[in-house]
Amino acid sequence: MSTVNRAAGGTADYLDQRTGIGLAVKNFARKIFPDHWSFLLGEIALYSFVILIITGFFLTMFFVPSMGLITYEGPLASMDGVEMSEAFASTLVLSFEVTGGLLMRQIHHWAALLFMASIVTHMMRVFFTGAFRKPREINWLVGFVLMILGLAAGFTGYSLPDDVLSGNGLRITDGVVKSIPVVGSYMSYFVFGGEFPGEHIIPRLFTLHILVIPGLILALVGLHLFLVVLHKHTHFPGPGRTERNVVGFPLFPVYVAKAGGFFFVVFSVLALMGGTMTINPVWNYGPYDPSPVSAGAQPDWYMLFLEGALRLMPGAGTEWVVAGYTLSLNVLVPAVIVPGLLFTVLALYPFVEAWASGDKREHHVLDRPRNAPTRTASGVAILTAFGVLLAAGTNDLIATHFGVSINDITRVLRVLLFVAPVVAFITTKRLCLGLQRKDRELVLHGHETGRIVRFADGEYIEVHRPLDEYERWLRVHHQPVRPLELLPAEDERGVRRKGYRRDAFRARVSRFFFEDRVEPVTPTELAAAQSHGAHDALSAPEHGDSTLVEAVANIKPEHGGMPTGEVTRGPATPRH
Amino acid sequence: MKAIAARRHHRLAPLLLLALALALTGALYAVLAPSASGTTTASDEDVEAGKALFQANCATCHGTDAEGREGAPSLIGVGAASVDFQVSTGRMPMQVNGPQAAAKPPQFDREQTDQLAAYVASLGSGPAIPTADQVDPAQGDAANGMALFRTNCAMCHGAIGAGGALSEGKYAPNLADSTPTEIYEAMLTGPQSMPVFNDANISPEEKRDIIAFLDEQRAGSPGGTSLGSIGPVGEAVWVWVVGMGLLIASAVWIGAKSS
Repeated sequence: MSTVNRAAGGTADYLDQRTGIGLAVKNFARKIFPDHWSFLLGEIALYSFVILIITGFFLTMFFVPSMGLITYEGPLASMDGVEMSEAFASTLVLSFEVTGGLLMRQIHHWAALLFMASIVTHMMRVFFTGAFRKPREINWLVGFVLMILGLAAGFTGYSLPDDVLSGNGLRITDGVVKSIPVVGSYMSYFVFGGEFPGEHIIPRLFTLHILVIPGLILALVGLHLFLVVLHKHTHFPGPGRTERNVVGFPLFPVYVAKAGGFFFVVFSVLALMGGTMTINPVWNYGPYDPSPVSAGAQPDWYMLFLEGALRLMPGAGTEWVVAGYTLSLNVLVPAVIVPGLLFTVLALYPFVEAWASGDKREHHVLDRPRNAPTRTASGVAILTAFGVLLAAGTNDLIATHFGVSINDITRVLRVLLFVAPVVAFITTKRLCLGLQRKDRELVLHGHETGRIVRFADGEYIEVHRPLDEYERWLRVHHQPVRPLELLPAEDERGVRRKGYRRDAFRARVSRFFFEDRVEPVTPTELAAAQSHGAHDALSAPEHGDSTLVEAVANIKPEHGGMPTGEVTRGPATPRH
Repeated sequence: MKAIAARRHHRLAPLLLLALALALTGALYAVLAPSASGTTTASDEDVEAGKALFQANCATCHGTDAEGREGAPSLIGVGAASVDFQVSTGRMPMQVNGPQAAAKPPQFDREQTDQLAAYVASLGSGPAIPTADQVDPAQGDAANGMALFRTNCAMCHGAIGAGGALSEGKYAPNLADSTPTEIYEAMLTGPQSMPVFNDANISPEEKRDIIAFLDEQRAGSPGGTSLGSIGPVGEAVWVWVVGMGLLIASAVWIGAKSS
């Protein structure tokens, strides 16, 4: 035993005897993590957050969160001798005089955009694969709150340099707050410490940005990951993957290397972007002054949908005066009600779906999106509406870059905001059902081989090759959710049943979710198909009857549960 | 003096005073009014050649004597600066009717442009083409130019002149490739949807400051590629394309194996 090993062993033993950490390390090292690229999206968010903390720590060393006025003197000709706030001046010093400062600022800002982009992508993965189902609803909510906190972190950080563009954003925020009936103007005075912009907002945002919000994010990331460990990771359907196991590789050494390596990949991509691509060039916008608003004034991408909603909302006739008080629907609807609706739907979706399905089982095998047509279609509809709002927020750039009239774009998008999600919903649902039918077709009749055979009596047929058992399992394993049955309004003695109206509503929602469906092939159906299509098998003896019998045995029994033939592949840990 | 005092109640005295006041105002205006009607050094041959070019290329819309027609303005008194701007940027002669005349490769060379300008300038006095000194970015103050640009220009042309949209298909063009002379002439003459910034509004020195600020932008962005200087939407596109694109590609690579 070498000295190094002895030292390491000694240290480990010392720690283990005093903390009992050995057991935790052993359990943790054997934790199984399934392989799929989409399971790494959340890691991008986690790593962006780590990079945000590292670069943000550097930035706080130089940034001065003050709205006190000073005259900047520095290397930037277009700002030399200009009066500005200390916040803006320190951002310029940080960018042009601190070694590596601009790189750090740019990595920080790119990381913020990437943080939100990866959170949203991760959320889409979880949504479309149904990973939010029991027992993970709470973790969905934790993730949702993390997304909101990410928005808050982005918004507070974006406003700190006190440049014209972020000041415009704060002005919009002020308007939005003021549009809230009754309490709006009080809240605005509370937020800004007086009339906008005042002298307090930058220090206040600074405290939120570097202390409160990251602290909350850190705590919730801890909870989020703890719940992932507690629930164990979900996996995609496949051979040997059940509701009671996880198929993948152990954390140590495989995933420590993979995930650890991925951190450096994320860092290098962000360093590449920060080093070569300008982001938020505040020196172009200049120090904040409430009067100028430049063309092309937009927020960062995660706030762009709000800007889009504001740009789409008609101004004329939407400002009502009620009893001497102005009700600004032209701001209230796009900036408060639209995001309120979007976020409520996102937060509550898992609970609505669970309520509509009445499904109380635990789910650890992910859904293929096609097997949950209404969910997939709802997700695509939400994304479509979001996309229309993004386009609306970009309407001036679309106008200049594609040579169209901005007025036409706005008119078209106003219609599309209502029409496009409906079209997207119907199309996606049909696509999902079509794909499911294709799956049925494949399971029942096998692959087309292109081999045409002529029988003695002159009949031509194309030989179909039956699916192998793994291909078949993927297409038949899922248990379709059927709409809830509505019990009659009156019991057997003709007495009106309590709660009937609530049940009727629930049944209606349930029908909306689960009425249109394509059931997976049952073993009986498969056997029937194989017997009347027997001449297919006759002409393809290499996939003859013996394969067929095996395959049928691997199909789940009609009413759910496990395949009768246990297929086990790769290392697997039991769920407990 | 006594003679004037004796006649101050004469019934024609108010009329005389009015005439004197008008004359004084006119004289003051002539002295103080912003006048760029400049030193026309153009020869008569230039004017003649310009007239011939005008008749052949411009008269269809602007009229044979540049008096204007339905939809095409009169060019009498627009000055050489306006002609130089419109012709040297290719906006005139106009190719197609549209929300506004687009810049395109110029149809006339330098000499022909000068001849056209000389001809139009000869029809009535107007702003002259600025001198090299007036548009020299080296003599301007970029910081003052930035302040002026932010309050006067950025709401249409964007923070550093990358351009922006106006109503019904009109637009404020990107200024990245505009020469200092073109920028000066545009401010002076207000082409298309642009307002006129005359010398009382933005003084010649301030115009030069704005030119100096725009010239600063040509050095490129200190932060790397500028991504078109169109603001956060450009950044949004690139974080999804480059950032998420590269990372999802890496994730596929890392996750590729058993699934």
